[in-house]
Amino acid sequence: MIALLLRDLKLSFRAGGGFGLGLAFFLIVTVLVPFSVGPQSSLLATIAPGVLWLGALLACLLSLDRLLALDWEDGSLDLLATAPLPLESVVTIKALAHWITTGLPLVLAAPVLGVLLNLPGPGFGWLVVSLLIGTPALSVIGTFGAALTVGLKRGGLLLSLLVLPLYVPTLIFGAEVARRGATGMEVQTPLLMLAGITAAAVALLPFASAAVLRINLR
Amino acid sequence: MSIAAKANALWEYANPRKFLATSERVLPFFWISSALFLVVGLVWGFFFTPDDYKQGSTVKIIYLHVPSALMAINCWLMMLVTSLVWLVRRHHVSALAARAAAPIGIVMTLIALATGAIWGQPMWGTWWAWDPRLTSFLILFLFYLGYIALWEAIEDPDTAADLTSVLCIVGSVFAILSRYAVNFWNQGLHQGASVMRAGAITGTDTTEKVSNVFFYPLLTCIIGFVLLFIALVLYRTGTEIRARRIKALLARERVNG
Repeated sequence: MIALLLRDLKLSFRAGGGFGLGLAFFLIVTVLVPFSVGPQSSLLATIAPGVLWLGALLACLLSLDRLLALDWEDGSLDLLATAPLPLESVVTIKALAHWITTGLPLVLAAPVLGVLLNLPGPGFGWLVVSLLIGTPALSVIGTFGAALTVGLKRGGLLLSLLVLPLYVPTLIFGAEVARRGATGMEVQTPLLMLAGITAAAVALLPFASAAVLRINLR
Repeated sequence: MSIAAKANALWEYANPRKFLATSERVLPFFWISSALFLVVGLVWGFFFTPDDYKQGSTVKIIYLHVPSALMAINCWLMMLVTSLVWLVRRHHVSALAARAAAPIGIVMTLIALATGAIWGQPMWGTWWAWDPRLTSFLILFLFYLGYIALWEAIEDPDTAADLTSVLCIVGSVFAILSRYAVNFWNQGLHQGASVMRAGAITGTDTTEKVSNVFFYPLLTCIIGFVLLFIALVLYRTGTEIRARRIKALLARERVNG
């Protein structure tokens, strides 16, 4: 398992893996927002938590179609499926690798971009906490979507269409934590809900992803 | 005749030929009765009920709005059940019924959204508000869209049936989650459940209930919509079965010729 994780990490860090693309996308989206809504700092401060969450979510989405497609193309996915490691673990590792290469950098970059959007002081901590808790769910749900569309030619667009509705609850609670944190309200309820969604998704969705992948590899 | 024998009788319809024969026999009944209920319900509702003292005649859109909204949700439930039947028992008719139902469901969702917007404009003063009920219907619409797109994208019919079934199950869980998340996110304008609530019918509960004057034509319309939905699903499932049969015949011809 650890070997597989290291392999996936290595592949994404080296050329062609697209590491950092998500991060660059996140940066660009955040920079474009003031251009589209105007530079008033009070307005930016109000929408900053939501914009940062949405940017992180879209950046996550961007890298999903490479998650399994590369392994599918060169046939290593078939080898992984026949390996002694259960397919459920394989997809969990894949999701973990995706989170380490995409989710974690986004979490770390978010406060920096928060400065650009004039995020209020108390919001920084909660933004990082909410992203830290929420992005694993995004990776796991995205892995399910990637497994659904792995064999398709125009899978990328379909993947977005399938995954975005599934992201709704995570986005609502995650952005709610960041928003409440930024305005100094209590954050416990949405934070617990967000943590619940992540825990449930991490625990259950790999089974669905593995089932779907088995169908696709038939 | 035990319950087990009865249950077996239901599974007989997993045979496409048997399904087609029976559905063809009962379809005229469903078409005619749904037309009857809808005409009676709509005419009764539109012309023979008083205007609401606050809402005027706009209240009458309820006869399209409520039944279509009900069917939009029930259609997804039906797809969930047929998807489970397909995954467990591998009956092709079941998978095809789920496929046939999805476009009906998405149209019902659209009707509910559109009639709601038309009613909301004069009543709430806006076509659209990010109210939890409205928002969850929009999300339901997106789920239908993804489900149909996945069916269309995959060429092998069995793979498509498997994948869409799993998507339907996972999607159901997330749809319910979204419903609660959206509730939490915004409290909203839409009134609560006021038609089928216990006590509303018997008259013991008079807060925010739909008056009986409106209730009976509404009930007629709902029955009409249910019958129409059954007729459409049977009809479209029959079409799907025939389409697949044609495909099989063509493939056989290509092999032989």
